[in-house]
Amino acid sequence: MITIFIQLFITFFVIGIFTFGGGYAMLSLIQAQVVVAHAWIDESTFTDIVAISQMTPGPIGINCATYVGYDVLAKTGAGHLLCILGSLSATVAVVLPSFIIVLAIVKMYAKLNHNAIFEGVMSWLRPAVVGLIGAAAIILIFNSTWSGTPLFSQYDIKVVSENFPDWKSWALFAGAFISSLWFKANPILIIILGGIAGLLIY
Amino acid sequence: MPIKNEMISLWKIFGVFATIGAFTIGGGYAMIPIIQNEMDKRGWISEEELPDIIALSQSAPGILAVNISIFAGYRLRGIKGSIAATLGTIIPSFIIILLIAMVFTNFKDNPVVIRIFKGIRPVVVSLIAVPMVNMAKKSNTTWWAWLITILTMVLVAFIEISPIYILLVLIVISFTVTYLREQKESGK
Repeated sequence: MITIFIQLFITFFVIGIFTFGGGYAMLSLIQAQVVVAHAWIDESTFTDIVAISQMTPGPIGINCATYVGYDVLAKTGAGHLLCILGSLSATVAVVLPSFIIVLAIVKMYAKLNHNAIFEGVMSWLRPAVVGLIGAAAIILIFNSTWSGTPLFSQYDIKVVSENFPDWKSWALFAGAFISSLWFKANPILIIILGGIAGLLIY
Repeated sequence: MPIKNEMISLWKIFGVFATIGAFTIGGGYAMIPIIQNEMDKRGWISEEELPDIIALSQSAPGILAVNISIFAGYRLRGIKGSIAATLGTIIPSFIIILLIAMVFTNFKDNPVVIRIFKGIRPVVVSLIAVPMVNMAKKSNTTWWAWLITILTMVLVAFIEISPIYILLVLIVISFTVTYLREQKESGK
């Protein structure tokens, strides 16, 4: 029993180290380790876990680690308490590498804040961050796929139908955009109103 | 200047980040508008500082939302602050997922849940787009900055290149360019 906790911890610690580029990049690593390498969870269960992780509040990587940690223990027939410990070890392990690395970066930032070279680097990274945020929004609106061979590849762009199934969702999008950009409405309030609107119009 | 204000209580940091964590739906970038609003309102982290925090958090491995919490928490109260902020970001998720795993096992297929999320999803997309507009106004003061923004956006969104490669390439080029410029200036 104790070995499963150690294995969970090590697996998620390694996932935490090698996740570059945020929660979505982490999902494929979790899948490779948990579904393929260890066969702790089957493919269809993992698909459900990903769907739930995206729907529930909180960072997707944390949601997924918590759920997988629980399920791995549940599969061995463990009780609720042990399953919660499974969640805990996966979640703590996945966060720990970030903690160490980000603390090192934050200390460097404090020291280099007025350094000319550091300021030069940051002046390139800041507009890139603006682009990354723009890309994050675009990816949620448009789904682009490459298909075919490298020589005769086909490129398709489609609207992501899960997020924008009909004109009502575009109306919600526009309403939220205007109230946030021009009226500086609280984003939490906008999310709550979006949820209520969904309940009323769908 | 790691520690900004000894007077900000750790519970307060925990509480604010728990609120942020509870409403971060759909990935780390969805956290940015909420974190911007909460930090700005309290005067904890300035609008100028936030892009730096996001850039450096994205350059480190791990979950973006967690990295931002570690970074922002440290700016507020040092290591204790980063622990409080990270726990705050994680705990709402942790409890909600445990409840779903234990009690609401058919959460995903619940019709009420599906309707609520149909309303939330498009709203979250525009909430992500708004900080982009706000940050562009602040940091994109040259045509050069706009070129970096647009290139990054196209490469990530349409060519599907991982953000980390773009940041690494930019770090290497910008370091070299700035270093050479500094050398030239000090040589004069």
